[in-house]
Amino acid sequence: MTTHFIVHDKADTVGVMVVENAPAGENLTGWIMETDETITVKALDPVPLGHKIALKDIHSGDTILKYGHDVGRAVAAIGKGHHVHVHNMKTKRW
Amino acid sequence: MGRFDLYGYRRENGRVGIRNHVVILPLDDLSNAACEAVANNIKGTLALPHAYGRLQFGEDLELHFRTLIGTGSNPNVAACVVIGIEPGWTTRVVEGIAKSGKPVAGFAIEGNGDITTIANASRKAREFIQWASEKQRELCSIQDLFISAKCGESDTTSGLASCPTVGNLIDKLDPLGATTCFGETSELTGAEVVCAGRAATREVGERFLQVFRAYQDVIERHKTSDLSESQPTKGNIIGGLTTIEEKAFGNLQKIGKKTKYIDVLKPAEAPGKGAGLYYMDTSSAAAECVTLQAAAGFVVHLFPTGQGNVIGNPIEPVIKLTANPKTARTMSEHIDLDVSGILRREMTLDEAGDRLIEITLRTCNGRLTCAEALGHREFVMTKLYQSA
Repeated sequence: MTTHFIVHDKADTVGVMVVENAPAGENLTGWIMETDETITVKALDPVPLGHKIALKDIHSGDTILKYGHDVGRAVAAIGKGHHVHVHNMKTKRW
Repeated sequence: MGRFDLYGYRRENGRVGIRNHVVILPLDDLSNAACEAVANNIKGTLALPHAYGRLQFGEDLELHFRTLIGTGSNPNVAACVVIGIEPGWTTRVVEGIAKSGKPVAGFAIEGNGDITTIANASRKAREFIQWASEKQRELCSIQDLFISAKCGESDTTSGLASCPTVGNLIDKLDPLGATTCFGETSELTGAEVVCAGRAATREVGERFLQVFRAYQDVIERHKTSDLSESQPTKGNIIGGLTTIEEKAFGNLQKIGKKTKYIDVLKPAEAPGKGAGLYYMDTSSAAAECVTLQAAAGFVVHLFPTGQGNVIGNPIEPVIKLTANPKTARTMSEHIDLDVSGILRREMTLDEAGDRLIEITLRTCNGRLTCAEALGHREFVMTKLYQSA
């Protein structure tokens, strides 16, 4: 079975796409490394290799978790299954 | 020969090199032409042209000397010819390198001109290269090995797999007595508290935080934006990294899960507390960081890349690994180890770490890295501020 995306930590709110050309509109399979669990998320955007997919509905201003840690904040509402990147997420530093 | 043994060149001071270069080292930018002429005259020697060395002062000048002396003293260098515009600072570099016990000679251009200087330096370089060419590799152990790490053009696959592969190697080789190093101060932004917690003692962790805060002050003083497109870089962003915090946690995977760093080094400062993992205050720019680590005496470098940074170093072989399947396919001539199998769940992190140990030891024994075969010799001095 293909693993489409990988999640570092169970607490994370984003996963990382690890296949090229993952299809939007389909249920994708994810692997949580920390707990060795498998999850499924329906992709609502085409998410390129290495880019992030939201694992839950994220509100504007919410902290985004990856590696189980704070890696920035949402600057727009991001629905579960959508692409997370510079258009809807920013650093809290500098 | 044991599993973690290697064949290296044991130098006069007991340190072990994995290459046998005779370096023609310019003190300053003005001496690059003469150094390149000598390297052209005497086959097998290596000129290291660079941009600086005039009218520097204070801590920046000290770093310049430390980098040049450290480069000449690196165990991958068998012997060294130094050329400078004037004899004073040239002699200072020669005397610094001479402390390593290796053959070194200096030549000054003022009062002689390029042509006479090139002739005299070429005669000495001919003597050195023929002497070095008879040096033999001998059996050495992992305790003799100094390994540095720094990643570049990272993407999310770096934090998922290629940086953790380096971390796996460090976790395995640290208990065996290897000396290792990581750096990239600005690129720990967001992960600095976690990084401070990985220090062997509270005092070392506090010194890391002092260095980290000093770098933040530099950024605050000079920034014109939130550093979007500088940190993370454009390449990082194409690869899916969105923020510096995200990049920092990926970067930090390189020190493994359990190894603690035992000291905080200034840029280009040689480790002084025996075997173990060291943190060095460096820029996150690849060539600057590796040049500083080489000047501190590290002899082989591990370089995880996501989008495909092509860097090499003239004296410290740079081993590249990637977990990005597209980079492994489209830039294969630059990639020494493909660990993209981790992302397909065809390879475990433990297996990837073992493969990296294997390719590292093969490199130590003489295998050329991709960057060496392609002629990548990025020698970039770190400059702290304007010259006088």
